[in-house]
Amino acid sequence: MTEAETIAGWVSPGARVLDLGCGDGKLLRRLWETRQAPGYGVEIDDAKVLECIRNDVNVLQMDLEDGLAAFADRSFDTVILSETLQAIHRQEPLLVEMLRVGREAIVSFPNFGYWRARIQIALAGHMPVSKELPYQWYDTPNVHHCTLVDFEALCGKLGCKVLERVVLTGGEPVSTLPNLLGSLAIYRVSA
Amino acid sequence: MIVEAKKARFSEPLKLTSGAVLPEFEIAYETYGELNAARSNAVLVCHALNASHHVAGSYANEPDNVGWWDNMVGPGKPLDTNRFFVIGNNYIGSCFGSTGPTSANPATGKPWGADFPVVTVEDWVAAQARLADRLGIERFAAVMGGSLGAMQALQWSLSCPQRVRNSIVIAATPRLSAQNIAFNEVARQAIMTDPDFHGGHYYDHGVVPTRGLRIARMIGHITYLSDDAMMEKFGRQLRRSALGFDFGADFEVESYLRHQGDKFSTYFDANTYLRITKALDYYDPAAGYGGDLSAAFARAQADFLVVSFTSDWRFSSARSREIVRALLDNKRVVSYLEIDAPQGHDAFLLDDPRYFGALRAYFGNIAL
Repeated sequence: MTEAETIAGWVSPGARVLDLGCGDGKLLRRLWETRQAPGYGVEIDDAKVLECIRNDVNVLQMDLEDGLAAFADRSFDTVILSETLQAIHRQEPLLVEMLRVGREAIVSFPNFGYWRARIQIALAGHMPVSKELPYQWYDTPNVHHCTLVDFEALCGKLGCKVLERVVLTGGEPVSTLPNLLGSLAIYRVSA
Repeated sequence: MIVEAKKARFSEPLKLTSGAVLPEFEIAYETYGELNAARSNAVLVCHALNASHHVAGSYANEPDNVGWWDNMVGPGKPLDTNRFFVIGNNYIGSCFGSTGPTSANPATGKPWGADFPVVTVEDWVAAQARLADRLGIERFAAVMGGSLGAMQALQWSLSCPQRVRNSIVIAATPRLSAQNIAFNEVARQAIMTDPDFHGGHYYDHGVVPTRGLRIARMIGHITYLSDDAMMEKFGRQLRRSALGFDFGADFEVESYLRHQGDKFSTYFDANTYLRITKALDYYDPAAGYGGDLSAAFARAQADFLVVSFTSDWRFSSARSREIVRALLDNKRVVSYLEIDAPQGHDAFLLDDPRYFGALRAYFGNIAL
């Protein structure tokens, strides 16, 4: 099971989708092809924006750190933030904005509580570097890592409801001790 | 690519936004590539302030007279004339071939001069629609333009929603700011206070308000370039070996502006300049909707590509984002590129690989 499959399963057919940090637009392409869900991506990187246009995906070159002022209240069914949360400076206002603009939000991120990350810090004494987190601490787009526990606490603080959660490791769902054994967390939340 | 300028004559009167009527008119145009059998591959290119219908290629007898968007339009270029039938057109009121102040007024047989009516972006689109009819084009694959040309691309999607599949809107604004209007007014004042202006009837006096045109062009040029681009190009470099302690051109930038002004004043018509800047000032599709741009775009049916340049302070990226917001509010298909280019407003004429790559990809995805 992949992240894209999980997200596609959560998007209703025909839903209007906004994908924040959409990369090359492949997820939006897939949502259009499998769920007939029309969507827009937001991406800042020039090369990825060009890939989106090549993939015939609507892309808006904007900086997520500037907020979502371009989008009206409740103008989307689902707002997706796929493996981008950890690269955002001000995560709290962005989550609030996502739930202003969309009926639901889907958020995925690498779990910093994953046991391999914990061991690297606890035993080797250095910041984790792995397949999921391939960057050195001094050269990384990521600025704020979190764990499942942290994210759910933030949802609690913001008063938003966790509707569904899928935790994956190596493409396999994890149900036991997810904050320890899961490397990637995917949440579906609403206001 | 060898190209040929053509003219289409329209004898049916054109009622203008102002209420005035143009009894007859001509549009100068050029075409590149071939219209396909389904007539589905036509792209209309609209020009900005001082350009013309000569978009691409060069004339057989003037090999150095290359079209103003030749880097964008042609065989194998981003707007590929092997695939698309591209039409360059010159708007009415211009001094480059379409009917304008320098053309003969049929009522008098003399040049229209100051009597030529003030025309609007909406009027240009209405005239271009007649040209499309004449060429047998029911629906354009795309209408495209930069700056003032982008206003025409926007207006096409509003005036003739069913006739545009894609509207490509580059370095645009949905309405001029007070600062934009202010710059235009300074330019107009420079022209109208030139003693050789004669209330716009200078043709009768055998003179041209050269000084006014020079200053208008100099002001315009400053707004087309960013502070950084000017610094990069000229810095504080001196024109002469030392400061002159007089009022000659000490600095390179002064000399450049003087040169641009001189050149412009030899080929551009002052009455045209006044009218084009008014067309810019008046353009405001939201005006009829209480200032609500989203309401104005409710009728649009096209897909849109909007491109802005971060160093453009004339029509800033914020203005393009207003257009994007209005399109999103109406659930239009839209992509928006904000190119981090240093050159200012003029960046839309330069072949930045990100910008050209995106346009090439966008045109490549237009089904014919």
